[in-house]
Amino acid sequence: MSISVRHVTKRFAQFTALDDVSVDIPTGSLTALLGPSGSGKSTLLRVIAGLDTADAGTVSIEGADATHLPPQRREVGFVFQHYAPFKHMTVYDNIAFGLTVRKAGKAETKTKVTELLELVHLEKFQTRYPDQLSGGQRQRMALARALAVEPRVLLLDEPFGALDAQVRKELRTWLRRLHDEMNVTTVIVTHDQEEAMEVADEIVVLYDGRVQQVGHPHDVYEHPVNEWVMSFLGPVTHFGSLLVRPHDLDLAHETSDGALPATVVRVTRLGFQTVVDLDVQGVPLYAQLAREATDRLTLSPGASVYVSHARGESVPTVPGVPVAAAVGVPAGLEVDLG
Amino acid sequence: MASVSSTSDGSVAVRGNRRPVARYGLRFVALGYLLVLLAAPVTMVFYRAFQHGLGPIWSALTTSEARSAIEVTLIVAISAVVLNTLFGVGTALLLVRRRFPGRHLLDVLVDLPQAVSPIVVGLALILVYGKFGFFGSWIERNGLKIIFSLPGMVLATAFVSLPLVVRSVAPVLAELGDEQEQAARTLGASSWQTFRRITLPSIRDALAYGVVLSLARSLGEYGAVTVVSGHVIGKTLTLTLFIDERLQNFDQPAAYSAAVLLAIIAMGSLLISRRFRARTRSVA
Amino acid sequence: MTLYLSFLVLIPLGAVVWKSQSDGWSAGWHQVTSPEAAAALKLTLTISVGVALFNLVMGTIIAWVLVRDDFPGKGAVELFIDLPFALPTIVAGVVLLSLYGPRSPAHVDIAFTRTAITVALLFVTLPFVVRTVQPVLIELDRDMEAAAASLGASPFLIARRIILPNLVPAMLTGTGLAFARAIGEFGSVSLLSGNLPFHTEVSAVNIFNQIQSDNPVGAAAQSTVLLVIAFVVLFALDRLKRWGVHRG
Repeated sequence: MSISVRHVTKRFAQFTALDDVSVDIPTGSLTALLGPSGSGKSTLLRVIAGLDTADAGTVSIEGADATHLPPQRREVGFVFQHYAPFKHMTVYDNIAFGLTVRKAGKAETKTKVTELLELVHLEKFQTRYPDQLSGGQRQRMALARALAVEPRVLLLDEPFGALDAQVRKELRTWLRRLHDEMNVTTVIVTHDQEEAMEVADEIVVLYDGRVQQVGHPHDVYEHPVNEWVMSFLGPVTHFGSLLVRPHDLDLAHETSDGALPATVVRVTRLGFQTVVDLDVQGVPLYAQLAREATDRLTLSPGASVYVSHARGESVPTVPGVPVAAAVGVPAGLEVDLG
Repeated sequence: MASVSSTSDGSVAVRGNRRPVARYGLRFVALGYLLVLLAAPVTMVFYRAFQHGLGPIWSALTTSEARSAIEVTLIVAISAVVLNTLFGVGTALLLVRRRFPGRHLLDVLVDLPQAVSPIVVGLALILVYGKFGFFGSWIERNGLKIIFSLPGMVLATAFVSLPLVVRSVAPVLAELGDEQEQAARTLGASSWQTFRRITLPSIRDALAYGVVLSLARSLGEYGAVTVVSGHVIGKTLTLTLFIDERLQNFDQPAAYSAAVLLAIIAMGSLLISRRFRARTRSVA
Repeated sequence: MTLYLSFLVLIPLGAVVWKSQSDGWSAGWHQVTSPEAAAALKLTLTISVGVALFNLVMGTIIAWVLVRDDFPGKGAVELFIDLPFALPTIVAGVVLLSLYGPRSPAHVDIAFTRTAITVALLFVTLPFVVRTVQPVLIELDRDMEAAAASLGASPFLIARRIILPNLVPAMLTGTGLAFARAIGEFGSVSLLSGNLPFHTEVSAVNIFNQIQSDNPVGAAAQSTVLLVIAFVVLFALDRLKRWGVHRG
């Protein structure tokens, strides 16, 4: 186990950021700490790095207790959301900083830094200053800087949050490839479930200062442990007293076991998918179907159909339990269901 | 040094230093220095002045000389502030809203008074507006008296407090941007209307801040005024010159009373200007 | 606007320079290099440089304590740091005289000494560095320090290699302003130092005396020297600020 967090609690004045959190990060893996803002994920990362101290609990890095070690001695590389570049130093000096601090020789530093500059494709920018770089370039520099000291663990705090969508996607892929090449234990904090699922070997879902679920992306998506996790990880809709995925629903003109009668409210065709808004005795529901499926049916506002939940996971809804704000809106689809 | 911690929503939790020795050491040095240089002497002067109660101070400040000194001070200071406010706002607008050759020079020029010795200011004004100065003969011929009289003192005071209004208003103007003003223009407002209804209200707090600073500075000017004033008791003595005159006549109580009065005004202006500065921050 | 500025600032200052050579440049130079004037200038410059540098250090420390430390009464300190700005110079003189003059209850009498000049100048230039450094310190990206820590830098190293370099432009600006103010200071110094020629007489006082004794050329010549020094400092600061903007 590369990192072991046990029963960590952290409070900021009245606000409890982490509540008895225990997590294991396997060596060599790329783990995502996923959750909305305020869930405690950044705090957890900072506690692991030593940038914040927990009020209770322990942190072990590669077997040794690191709870009371200052960040200087934990040998963790940390990449910040806003990159934290050393504004007054060139790109070269930024990357070399960790080596300079360790009093590495000039030649040795030069070799290492050049290697990293090539890795992150910033060779031509080494004499520039951070304010002359784009956001994506600054982030690559920050990564190279953290890697220069060969850390045992690489921690990234929403590293792509401040970049625009296209750059974000590119860097995401690039990070995954980098990880596969270098095999450093990596922990990445993100609030973007798509990012977590695309990049991570394992996802730790956090909400309200507590760990909700840990598992492979596929697992967490297909077998969510509660309503909140289900709704945060992907689109959901209500089917009777269950929370289901809209693309796990089938529509038919004939009834079947467990099917619910419904009235079509609206049909929206989006290229390869069709979204059908339905009304089940006053409760709204929506189904996401492949185009062929809808072509076979006659769906027009007011028509009667039967909705069935054929496959996939469902979670019983419990009144009063919080559900992620993303209920009903499929990731990536900006559909006005109002 | 402090261990840094910012929560995920960006707020910074100020944490204590990990090395208390360093923290207490710095604090001790800083506060000790301030105590010896600032707090102790100021406390002393107040003690000395109020040693025998309010009575002596009141009588010292209500002599006819003292009262005319106060009067002269107010006239001179307020005139200077009015001048500087009018031209200060205009200059700020010019600097921020217009581009013209020499704009950068103007910018530096505005800061000039801060770097010039007040004695030199007085000398400069005498050389130009005094009897034997550049415009001296023209002034004489028209029966005006500038140097050794109130107008000269107003000029001297205006000179030294010149940058204060400009420097408080300009940054706010810059940050506000001129979009609102442009919008007003497209809606048909004239330049003056735009200024009165859009620009002025938005710089109100910054302007108040600059005016308070300017007034405090003007009330307290000494060096420049001592050169251009005729030191005529009852006519061209400001409060600061009054202090000087009283000290030379070994009238310590009167000097201390006036000093404390000016010190109180200075502290008051600090408090008031603080409030205005806080308001400009929240608006911008 | 420019007219107002010209009549108020440019023309008078130009007149000073002009007057210093109205009897010819050599006469002006002669005035400046006269023994008393030269002594005053030397005294003024030496003490001003020393004071500016001392307040550079103290000002940075005070700014640090105000931004990064917390203690009861910090608000009051924050407010009254500006007092030397707001106080009339002669009142500053009276204030210092009351505690460090002839009737000092602490029996510390520095009147008529060079120490008096130093103390007076320290007083009036106190806020300059504090007020230029403080905003920069507040705006400093704390994550930079955290990044340096995660890379292994000790707190001392962080201060030296990360924090300080980012403060240098502000520190220099404040020091320059303090210096410019110090060389021209009159009210507080003249009250405390006794203005003894060749001993505790600063340039500003000497110039004043020249005016009083109807030697306008002498006064103008020395003033020109002070003006030139002030101009140079101002322009240098302006350059520095523009360089600082690019770097961070």
